[in-house]
Amino acid sequence: MPSRLAATRTGGLAAFAAVIALLPLALNNSYFYDIAVLVGLNAIVCVGLNLLIGYAGQISLGHAGFFGLGAYGSAILSSRYGWPPLAAMFTTTAAVAALAFLVGRPILRLRGHYLAMATLGLGVIIFMVISTEDKITGGPDGLSVAPFRIGNLVLQDERVWYWVVGALLLVAVWLAQNLIESPAGRALRALHSSEIGAEVVGIDAARHKVMVFVISAVFASIAGSLAAHYSGFITPGKAAFLHSIELVTMVVFGGMASTFGAVVGAAVLTTLPQLLTVFKDYEMIVFGAVMMGTMIFLPRGVVPSLALLLAPRRHDAGGGEPGV
Amino acid sequence: MSLLRVEGLEKKFGGLSAVDDLSFEIQAGAVHSIIGPNGAGKTTLLNLLTGVYRPSGGRIVFQEQDLTGRTPHEYAAHGIARTFQNLQVFFNMSALENVMVGRYLHERCGLASALLRFPRLRRAEQACREEAAELMRYVGLQDYLSAAADAMPYGALKRLEIARALATKPKLVLLDEPAAGLNPTEALALDDLIGRLTERGVTVVLVEHNMRLVMGVSDHILVLDYGRKLAEGSAQSIRNDPKVIEAYLGSGVASAGIAGGDRASADTARSAVAESRGNAFANAGSARAGAH
Repeated sequence: MPSRLAATRTGGLAAFAAVIALLPLALNNSYFYDIAVLVGLNAIVCVGLNLLIGYAGQISLGHAGFFGLGAYGSAILSSRYGWPPLAAMFTTTAAVAALAFLVGRPILRLRGHYLAMATLGLGVIIFMVISTEDKITGGPDGLSVAPFRIGNLVLQDERVWYWVVGALLLVAVWLAQNLIESPAGRALRALHSSEIGAEVVGIDAARHKVMVFVISAVFASIAGSLAAHYSGFITPGKAAFLHSIELVTMVVFGGMASTFGAVVGAAVLTTLPQLLTVFKDYEMIVFGAVMMGTMIFLPRGVVPSLALLLAPRRHDAGGGEPGV
Repeated sequence: MSLLRVEGLEKKFGGLSAVDDLSFEIQAGAVHSIIGPNGAGKTTLLNLLTGVYRPSGGRIVFQEQDLTGRTPHEYAAHGIARTFQNLQVFFNMSALENVMVGRYLHERCGLASALLRFPRLRRAEQACREEAAELMRYVGLQDYLSAAADAMPYGALKRLEIARALATKPKLVLLDEPAAGLNPTEALALDDLIGRLTERGVTVVLVEHNMRLVMGVSDHILVLDYGRKLAEGSAQSIRNDPKVIEAYLGSGVASAGIAGGDRASADTARSAVAESRGNAFANAGSARAGAH
């Protein structure tokens, strides 16, 4: 059984790698590549956010704030101060991790709606700082960002970005799956189900919640840094509340406590608005209807619900699907 | 040397004292039962002894270390494990994973190791899986090795909590009403399991309403009433203690209660008479709680 479990994980990862490798066959112009890169960047955030929301059961309505900090940190350090983008990204990531750690300790004591309010507040503060400190951030007018370069290598073409983001997404999925299957990951899933049950077997619930909060913030920050360099221009909207809601929606839509669910959620909700442009004025109505229909007919989210439909007798998988 | 020493323990909820100036000791390697009518403070006491509640006064000393005011995970790290009257099973996992979570204290690994899945962790995981399966067989859950927790019947979940508690390698395990909700056959099988726990070197504290089980397995019984110690001693002495009978049955029927106690002690502890008397105790307890 353990070997089967390991095989499922390796198999899933290999299949996902194959999808990333073969997808360019279907991408016949740079517009499609552009969408694919945006999907990949959102998916990296969602894989991290899913660790927090789906596995550990803690909500965050402020993760766009971490995405925005990643974007602006990289942009300011590399464009205004001339840092190498890689150094700017790592420094920014470390600073975001430290911030998430400091803020996480007090606010993760809160539960449910109160945690939602606190994380929302955090996101709003970050957004306000970015929008108003216009001497540094450019304010609402935005900020242009130098392209990503490592030494003499400059990343500019969508196709190059596709491979970079694809590889990073694969790494993100691999890391997330490793974490979930580790003792620390089991501790996260345990405290999701019963915090007191987890505590009495020796799990420091507060410490684990902060840990996963920091990890998810780091994922968001790195994706933000890359997004800033990729698009070449950023606005405070990237850190706004609406973006936080979009990210949470992607996780819930794809399926909580499912790493590939987070990827699928990011893919569908990033591409759907593009596909729905054929409905012109009714675009948002159709979008809302798709969301509602999915949640009614696939209540666990797309991936877990479909997995349950297709393999009703699979009962020893890591995600905790109900048995026979 | 006592394993656990409680000194002047007190827990107030608002103006009400759920546990009031309670002192007792628990010796290693025995089965200690805590009984008392409903609302006597038994579960509150277990919550205090595992750090779930912070005491309003008094001290809890475990292996000569003062653990008063520590958090539940610190109590667990010192070797106190427990089960819950209202289950705290991790329903989002498989049964085996529930027990594997119990191995957490002996499995902890660094974050880097967890994220990158070093070979050492992979081997440790395999060992953890095998030990968890072994514990499931030990508590009689061999049929549920590949079951999801949310697909298991109630009686099996009670045992799953015991397996999870044992996985922490405790010195002291606190069982909160393990027989509640079990059918008579399942309850009988618990006697055997509790007996085997002490053979493992685990000291057991049992909070239970099923008097047949309590009288059958206990080396020592502590009786609580209104959060205070009412009586303490061997099963035999508790059974015949007029104060205990009065607390359970009320003073008006105390003499009838004593007669019932004598009859029960004449029979074997597992007899049907003792069973019905156990129910009478429990019923009397709830009736009294209702009257107040």
